[in-house]
Amino acid sequence: MKTFTIGGVHPKENKLSKGVAISIAPIPERVMIPLSQHVGAPANPIVAVGDIVKVGTKIGESAGFVSANVHSSVSGTIEKIDMYPDLSGNKKQMIVIKTDGNDEWEPTIDRSTTLQKDITSFTPEIIKEKIAIAGIVGMGGATFPMSVKLTPPKDVTIDYLLINGVECEPYLTADHALMLEKAEEICVGIELIKKALGVSKALVGIENNKPDAIAKMQQVATAYQGIEIVPLKVKYPQGSEKHLIQALTGREVPSRKLPASVGTIVCNVASTFAVYEAVIKNKPLIDRIVTVTGTGLTTTANVLTRIGTSFSDLLNVVGGLPEGTDKVISGGPMMGRAVRSLEIPIMKGSSGVLCMTEKEAHRKPETNCIRCGRCVDGCPMGLEPYLLYALSKKSMFAELNEHNVTDCFECGSCSFSCPAHKPLLDYIRLGKAKAIQILQNEAKKEVDKK
Amino acid sequence: MLTVSPSPHYQSETSTTKLMCNVLIALVPALIFSVYVFGFSALLLTLVSVASCLLFEFVIDKWLFKNQNYSIKDCSAIITGVLLSFNLPNSLPLWMVVIGCLIAIGVAKMSFGGLGCNIFNPALVGRVFLLISFPADMTTWSKVSEYTVDGTTGATPLGMVKEGIMSGKTIADLSLPSTTDLFIGNIGGSLGEISVIALIIGGIYLLCTKTITWHIPVSVLGSIAVFSCILYLANPELNANPIFHLCTGGAMLGAIFMATDYATSPMTSFGKIIFGIGIGVLTVIIRRFGAYPEGMSFAILIMNALVPLINKIQHRRYGSKN
Repeated sequence: MKTFTIGGVHPKENKLSKGVAISIAPIPERVMIPLSQHVGAPANPIVAVGDIVKVGTKIGESAGFVSANVHSSVSGTIEKIDMYPDLSGNKKQMIVIKTDGNDEWEPTIDRSTTLQKDITSFTPEIIKEKIAIAGIVGMGGATFPMSVKLTPPKDVTIDYLLINGVECEPYLTADHALMLEKAEEICVGIELIKKALGVSKALVGIENNKPDAIAKMQQVATAYQGIEIVPLKVKYPQGSEKHLIQALTGREVPSRKLPASVGTIVCNVASTFAVYEAVIKNKPLIDRIVTVTGTGLTTTANVLTRIGTSFSDLLNVVGGLPEGTDKVISGGPMMGRAVRSLEIPIMKGSSGVLCMTEKEAHRKPETNCIRCGRCVDGCPMGLEPYLLYALSKKSMFAELNEHNVTDCFECGSCSFSCPAHKPLLDYIRLGKAKAIQILQNEAKKEVDKK
Repeated sequence: MLTVSPSPHYQSETSTTKLMCNVLIALVPALIFSVYVFGFSALLLTLVSVASCLLFEFVIDKWLFKNQNYSIKDCSAIITGVLLSFNLPNSLPLWMVVIGCLIAIGVAKMSFGGLGCNIFNPALVGRVFLLISFPADMTTWSKVSEYTVDGTTGATPLGMVKEGIMSGKTIADLSLPSTTDLFIGNIGGSLGEISVIALIIGGIYLLCTKTITWHIPVSVLGSIAVFSCILYLANPELNANPIFHLCTGGAMLGAIFMATDYATSPMTSFGKIIFGIGIGVLTVIIRRFGAYPEGMSFAILIMNALVPLINKIQHRRYGSKN
């Protein structure tokens, strides 16, 4: 069975919400929709306070090539357009909409659930345009605008579309639930992306801890030309774009290059489903499936949630924040972000809400490095985390660059595997930021000289 | 109030103490065998060695380092104590054992900064110090016959070979122990090195619990086998066969427990293989051409010194293929 070859770790899976059917979250009284839910320039607001909007009304206009449209996820009145803290704690521009309770949708959106497999009427240009209008971004967490992804540089030929159904983060099951319930739609979505890119072959990577999803997708995919379901050996971080490419095709993306440079485009299954909805049903990206989980919860859920719903509203679905919860994470435990308040919104890239009990939330005390090499063995980029950690601690940023610190994508395998519980990634992250800054300054100086 | 911290929010179950305890568990079969063969004097020697290692580490930690969080809790000093005693003949006076522990813990480990900072394997430094300081006591072996001590002293198989070759005999002239005796441990030698089978059981336990990886033991033993096989094929009169080399003189103890010491072995898998091959080749060279019959300890210490250089070798990075 295939997997990537360098490094990797095996965190305890803890997929508590495995097999839980998708439920629909109630529409909250108020949503907060950030204008920056993607990599690139924040969208420009095109509504004013007091405006009436419907579900699917465009409220933020894409501000350039690398940017994405933002739509209202509820029907109601624009209450405020102001700066509010987001996941990271930084203040970002958000549009607050008070819902009117009617849940009135834009008339262009087809709300029926009938499956439409026929895509002959859509040309590649129409597909790309519809995806751009719908504001679709990579929903696996990187939130790279899909329209940019589908416009690869002219000098490269794309021969593989790779679909990411790996979901290697512990706890999360949102993509798993989606594959079980919307396999047909995902396959039509794959056909659409294939058509837009002009490629004939799509590989869907699914880790073999989801045998039901593999079986379901395989059964559905037989009716489609050129969609192959590839079961993968369980290993974290297989869901990383670069590692999925290596696992499925054996190719490696060079340092600081995009997947297109090795002839591949990677899309998450949730984004693929969003493409189906956008192209066939004219539905912009206004909701997504979020896993609500944690060992302290009595029930866990995979919830179809409107973008902009606050964490506290979403947690009401499972009976509110349980007693003794000490940490709430947006995303999975390996790469997710701990939030400081529950009054922050679910965004296009939020795949899960994970509640940790006090015992789980605190790190174990740090001891001496015993030089066991587990961090080196675990690093999927083949870096030397122990060395990067030491260099960063000593502010040796030039040396950090020499040791390729910029290749680190912060998967956390090093900190996870360390028997001395060293905060390896904390320091590497700091050093990486500084090292990138230095590289950028140098590049700037070069430009100034010329 | 919610706790906020950077990712990852997940830590593996393993810890330094757990890894050290795994090594201790893996040493139990060899300890049981040595007590069975040499009697309770072996257990006493091991206990004295462990106790003095713990004591020296505690004293240095408390009064020299002024640490609040005592490092003896991580159990690494116990391993040093057990490994040092496994490298000593059971007839060694106990005061010498204590001196060996002082050198191992005080000089080789704590003077570099404690666990993880030492360059050389502490137990081996202790052993080599004793070997050079008290050569007579360190090379007097109880002769083991049918698993009991008969009171006379004998030589280790490697010692017999060395002496024999020196006095002009060939391998065939010497009455060496059979392969079965070598494998079970029916030979003379240090406490823990004699029984190949007990050490292999420990090694399998370490591999199964993922305490160590296969790279070092396999490359050490593999290169000893290959190199001694070349010598054996070139001149079987003066060179013992590969199986003899693998089963004697602490080759197993060194490959499984000493060379795999985390702090003094390389960080990368590729480095570990180079390290292991170096140890294997040096061991056979010292055994065959050096003044001492046994070369494992020296080979490991020499390769320990090269670890910082080996760590400089760039290993395979993602994206370097294209």
